[in-house]
Amino acid sequence: MKISNWGNYPVIDAEMVTPSSYDQVKQIALRSPSLIARGLGRCYGDSSLNEKIISTTRLNHIVSFDEKNGILCCEAGVSLEEILDVFVPRGWFLPVTPGTKFVTIGGAVASDVHGKNHHQAGSFCNYVHSLRLMLSDGKIIFCSKEENRDIFEATCGGMGLTGIILEATFQLIKIETAYIRQKIEKAKNLEQIFQLFEASNNSTYTVAWIDCLQKGNHLGRSVMIRGEHALAKEIPAVKNPLILPEKMKFNIPFNFPNISLSAFSVKIFNEIWNLKYGFVPSIIDYNTFFYPLDSILHWNRLYGKNGLAQYQCLFSKESSYEAIKELLEIISKSGEGSPLGVLKLFGKQNGILSFPQEGYTLALDFPVRNSVFQLFQKLDEVVMKYNGRIYLTKDSRMSTEVFKHGYRNDLPSFQIVKRRIDKENKFQSLQSRRLEI
Amino acid sequence: MKYILFIGAGSDITRPLASLYAKKGYGIYLASRNYEKLVRDANDLAIRFSVDVRAYKFDVTDVLSHQKFYDQLPVKPYGIITLAGILGDQKKAEIDFAEASAIINANYVGLTSVIHIAANDFEKRKEGFIVGISSVAGERGRKSNYVYASAKAGFTTFLSGLRNRLYSSRIQVLTVHPGFIRTKMIEGKKTAEIITAVPERVARDIFIAQQKGKDFIYSKWFWRYIMLAFTLIPESLVKKLDLQ
Repeated sequence: MKISNWGNYPVIDAEMVTPSSYDQVKQIALRSPSLIARGLGRCYGDSSLNEKIISTTRLNHIVSFDEKNGILCCEAGVSLEEILDVFVPRGWFLPVTPGTKFVTIGGAVASDVHGKNHHQAGSFCNYVHSLRLMLSDGKIIFCSKEENRDIFEATCGGMGLTGIILEATFQLIKIETAYIRQKIEKAKNLEQIFQLFEASNNSTYTVAWIDCLQKGNHLGRSVMIRGEHALAKEIPAVKNPLILPEKMKFNIPFNFPNISLSAFSVKIFNEIWNLKYGFVPSIIDYNTFFYPLDSILHWNRLYGKNGLAQYQCLFSKESSYEAIKELLEIISKSGEGSPLGVLKLFGKQNGILSFPQEGYTLALDFPVRNSVFQLFQKLDEVVMKYNGRIYLTKDSRMSTEVFKHGYRNDLPSFQIVKRRIDKENKFQSLQSRRLEI
Repeated sequence: MKYILFIGAGSDITRPLASLYAKKGYGIYLASRNYEKLVRDANDLAIRFSVDVRAYKFDVTDVLSHQKFYDQLPVKPYGIITLAGILGDQKKAEIDFAEASAIINANYVGLTSVIHIAANDFEKRKEGFIVGISSVAGERGRKSNYVYASAKAGFTTFLSGLRNRLYSSRIQVLTVHPGFIRTKMIEGKKTAEIITAVPERVARDIFIAQQKGKDFIYSKWFWRYIMLAFTLIPESLVKKLDLQ
């Protein structure tokens, strides 16, 4: 079958099997010389693509929940959406969430996903107590910070290359309401937004949208969005603050002509920019705050049938300002799509191959066309120059050189574990082959 | 708490269907041969919906065990839903009666046993409902699966008779004729995408029909017309067709 991930690029012909028991997983693992696990396919590129794919979507049981301490154990195929649906009404929330809830727990661990609270909370695997992992010989092992520690750390952010993640046990966080108190602040340029980030360490959630079309003094014009979980006493008018009213989902049924998304997102940005009343704190539901695009199913189709590519890179705090300034200058000169970028300050690193490290990350969406890949190569040069790195989960095209430079301190220790527990290199993806992981 | 008993709970339709009942506050009994899988399903449902869910090892073809099984349920169920069934190997069944007999027992004989036990109890209590998942295959024999199909035909007729019997006791008997469903049963078989339903969709159809007190449904709905057309073709013509 033809298969691709969220970016609709690349598209490959692959065989995908969907086992519903660990025994079936074992049979498949034993008879396949090469395979990769895949959840809901929300990585952008080829991280979960291979000629043989094992879908975890039917391994989706909740195994246990410690009601007192908020410790949840579930199978890899359970989605963040399911977890929120079940546990938000009981007063629990995800400790870390990416910008979509349509990812599985297996995917969240394999990508060691990050969210708007990374500067304080770290990435998802920071909250994972233990994993059950199927190795290439079909054996199921238990790993945690105490047991099989190196395997655990290689699997957190290990892109599914150490084995098939079957189960994860992790911590949820307590909430009083399903709402977020949001505050928006403007920054006239890059310098100001950096200052805002540095001054926002005490905020739980922070993220900034950058208007990439600005130049000169306005380069880096952005809005910062901050959020805190609202307390029950802040919304006395809401009768049951943990239950949200049902909302409609919109679907994008077909691929749009390429032009529309740019116009769409610029409009949103300008509306926020020009909004006067939006800058006082407002209370919004968690879906609107964390998952604004999830209410439009298949929003990736807005990028047209060639698909979209995301460029997400990361620089140390010291080099971030110069590097991001250079990137923005190149982008604004190129005139290629991506009118909006997302900027975020990270805290400390977690797993061995995990993307987040202390510093600033910039993420940009582009509709796929040839000129975009030429632009990406120019951006790569900046990333190399400032010793930055690119997020594997969003990547579909970086060169081995760029990868090896960006992950130079992490790759050797990852490979030691990988070579030991997967001697035949059974777990591989198009990406891992391309990047020689 | 009212309980719904799922027979053949290893089916892919069970989880989505049981979820709909659990969401309404019903307790769930899951019964099938594969006990380990049921325990996982039971745990999952219990945590998601905060209702009582229990798993039981149960073999629909072991008819002598059925009464004992039913008697030990802590609370007698309010509804019974049977999802048990096997497709079997038609070619083998033609030359090996053991295979033919296994197909008939799993799809028909065993179900009449367990459903009668529940039906008699419901009749006495003057409450309850019965849902039997039969198949469109039972509406006309084809060379590719007629042993299975004839067992389903028998089951459909059994349910319609039972419906007639229990009408005066106000007990609903719902017969479901699903078309192709993307389940283990048809794994590896090629079916046309457009007429193949996902288990979640079939579960929703069944739930809505049961709640509305219906007697008979197709899932998806258009199978009614496919089957109408198919059963209208004269036998003299059908026998000549190469039906798969």
